[in-house]
Amino acid sequence: MTALLEVAGLGKRFGGFVALESIDLEVQQGERLGLIGPNGSGKSTLVNCICGTLRNESGSVRFAEEALDGLSAHERTRRGLARSFQLPRPFASLSLAENIRIPILYTVNARATGHLSRAAIDARCLELLGQVGLAAKAERRPRDLTQIEMRKLELARAMAAEPKLLIADEAMAGLSHAEVDEIIALLIRLNAEGVTVIMIEHIMRAVMEFSQRLAVLVAGRKIADGPPQDVVRDPEVVRAYLGE
Amino acid sequence: MAVSLDLLMNAVISGLLLGGFYAAVSVGVAISFGMLDVVNIAHPAFILLGSYVAFIGNTVFGIDPILASTILLPAFYLLGMALYQVYYVAFERRDDQSLRGLSFFFGVLFITEVTLVLIFGVDYRTVQAPYIGPSLNLGLFDLPLRLLVPFLVSMVMVVGLQIFLSRTFVGRAVQAVAQDQQALRLMAANPTKIKRIAFGLSIATASLAGACLIIIQPVEPSIGREYIGRIFAICVLGGLGSFPGMVIAAMTLGIAESLTATFFGPSWAPAVSFGILLVTLAVRPSGILGR
Amino acid sequence: MASLVVSGAAPGLRGVPFTLALIVVAVAIFAFGRWLDSSYAFFIGYVVVQYIVLGTAWNILGGYTGYVNFGITAFFAIGAYSTVALHKLVPTLPLPAMIVVSGVLAGLVGLGTGYLTLRLRGVFFSIATLALAVVVQTLITNWDFVGGARGAYVLRPKVAPLIGGEYVQYLFLLMLGMCVIVLATARGIERSALGYGFAAIRDDEGAAEASGVPTLKLKLIATTLSGGFMGMAGAPLPFYVTYLDPASGFSLNYAVNAIAMPLIGGTGSWLGPVVGAVLVGGLQEYLRVTISSAVNVLVAGVLMVAFVIAAPQGIVGLFQRKR
Repeated sequence: MTALLEVAGLGKRFGGFVALESIDLEVQQGERLGLIGPNGSGKSTLVNCICGTLRNESGSVRFAEEALDGLSAHERTRRGLARSFQLPRPFASLSLAENIRIPILYTVNARATGHLSRAAIDARCLELLGQVGLAAKAERRPRDLTQIEMRKLELARAMAAEPKLLIADEAMAGLSHAEVDEIIALLIRLNAEGVTVIMIEHIMRAVMEFSQRLAVLVAGRKIADGPPQDVVRDPEVVRAYLGE
Repeated sequence: MAVSLDLLMNAVISGLLLGGFYAAVSVGVAISFGMLDVVNIAHPAFILLGSYVAFIGNTVFGIDPILASTILLPAFYLLGMALYQVYYVAFERRDDQSLRGLSFFFGVLFITEVTLVLIFGVDYRTVQAPYIGPSLNLGLFDLPLRLLVPFLVSMVMVVGLQIFLSRTFVGRAVQAVAQDQQALRLMAANPTKIKRIAFGLSIATASLAGACLIIIQPVEPSIGREYIGRIFAICVLGGLGSFPGMVIAAMTLGIAESLTATFFGPSWAPAVSFGILLVTLAVRPSGILGR
Repeated sequence: MASLVVSGAAPGLRGVPFTLALIVVAVAIFAFGRWLDSSYAFFIGYVVVQYIVLGTAWNILGGYTGYVNFGITAFFAIGAYSTVALHKLVPTLPLPAMIVVSGVLAGLVGLGTGYLTLRLRGVFFSIATLALAVVVQTLITNWDFVGGARGAYVLRPKVAPLIGGEYVQYLFLLMLGMCVIVLATARGIERSALGYGFAAIRDDEGAAEASGVPTLKLKLIATTLSGGFMGMAGAPLPFYVTYLDPASGFSLNYAVNAIAMPLIGGTGSWLGPVVGAVLVGGLQEYLRVTISSAVNVLVAGVLMVAFVIAAPQGIVGLFQRKR
């Protein structure tokens, strides 16, 4: 069975700085993958290259057996690849409901599999906001939200694109214990519905609880990839990231 | 078409001299846009202001135009600082969309142009100086002094700025603020103050550039708009944030325009910069020597 | 910036009912003008409605999508000079047909400029439009067929076709018609998928791409529509002024007004450019008559700078906040 996402030999430089060096990564359909590593190790850069926000200079990305090279970010999202941004990037002049509306209009409605009516979209927006606990603020603007609520909006917006693969980039930073549990439950529920999820996090508790497999990125290189219990005991991982 | 070597050489030489002047015209934007990321499209209006200042100095007080502009350099510097302060308080601090910042400078461009029209009218104005008219004859080609003197003044100004930026504390702070504001703060320098100084310098260059302009050609308020295309074409072609690149680009544009004017007619010159701008943006947006 | 959720007066009217309401208002205005039977009223009315069209056209790309087009004079003049050229080639061609041709030509230029520059930062697009204005002016000044630098004369017919009366009434009627079309389009865009796409691009283009919005395609649509409408607005100009030369055809006033009026009125909705055109246009006329024709030109620029600094949401935005 071919993997849903195949990253092969991916490399990215910024001028003289090598951000990513020959990254190989496979994600199977339905899998829950955790991606960890120190700040600046290239995790977000990897996400950006996979999703098309940045162009990688070497290597390739295949999704659902299709080569993504050369495709723009919006084309990749339409094919089922969604991500949330590490620093939330909401549409500031629109309400929360309208923020959710955009991906529905431009991914779900753009696919051959069915066009939602205006009323159906309205209902779906509220439903998605409800799943992240923001339904009450549907008509408010992002500037009225707390940082934590903005992260939830980011996640809801990525979910709205009804992706096959969702990359959650540090969606839980700054959340309380209970809120972290909420998000983990949400992502597991999504996964149960068939969405493959890559979770990028620093909160080890969440990563261990959620991941079926764990990959570690340090200084632009992947240094470990395997069952979580084994990876966290890997001496190189301990030295480079988990520490004392 | 018979191309005489004579004609070609003179066109190229004129183009080079003109290019030097274009460097002076663009260095202000190389600072404000290249280093501070402030899109001051009103810069040509300040150059024209400099031209008219030189004009008044020359016709009313009988001073040499370049001297007149040099005397008023501090005033332009202060004007630049004040303008940046308004821009900073109204836009940069609020971290607002660039649409309003652009419209602000467009408004400033328009207001300056119209005010100049109200005061000076739309007639072409010129200045008188001993070097306007005669040429240096060097065998194969002529060096018109009215191009040579602005060229020399421009080169002095650009080189002087480059030295200031790389050798003095304030100058290096200006280069730093373009790259990393946080680090600058840690070095106990106030980024806003540094940017204000830099923007003041940017407008001050317009004073001298204006004097050079009115020496090279007669001016009237609306010719500023021709220069917007030239300036940004030069800055983009040269690579934002690179002085040497900017100078090379300025020379290139000067020669291209001069050749076009000689062989196709002078009225086509403004289109050259646009063509260069479009081609550069399409092919290599980072410019010749840009990062 | 006012959001698309709340949008000025008549929040309920959309689509066909809105267009019908516009038509009713336009017909009423025209009938009122005929009853007044004042040449002056029609001449002023033409200018104000022309600015509604120009401002709305600019706002589709500027206010809705966030890309500032400074080259308004280029598109406007393409419209005007198409008319001059067509009038010489085919003198019997009716003006409405020339308006359509102008729109198409200007739209194509918009598409071309956009295609070359919209992949880069918005700032470069704006600078390119500034340069475009100069280039188009250079091209037309060198084109003797339309009069070049000397200008061109166009004879204004004595009587208006279809409706009779002075010809300027016919020009006003055509401009009203364009106004209805442009306002209906703007309103139609506002709550549509296209409008939401524009807003997403304006607010955060990268996030819009990640959300599936085909940003380049939408920006090209906006640029083409915007440029096309501006060209249409310029098409009747030669008949209005009867003498057209590059200095007046490419006057910076058109550009500043087309930007200032939406900024002052409010860029978030279709109503902003209307409010801006009526208020600023009216003020300019008042100043021209009472003080001088030189001062009125300054007004738009000064007001624009003032509003951009102090009241960025424009007049319509100010009223919305109070609710």
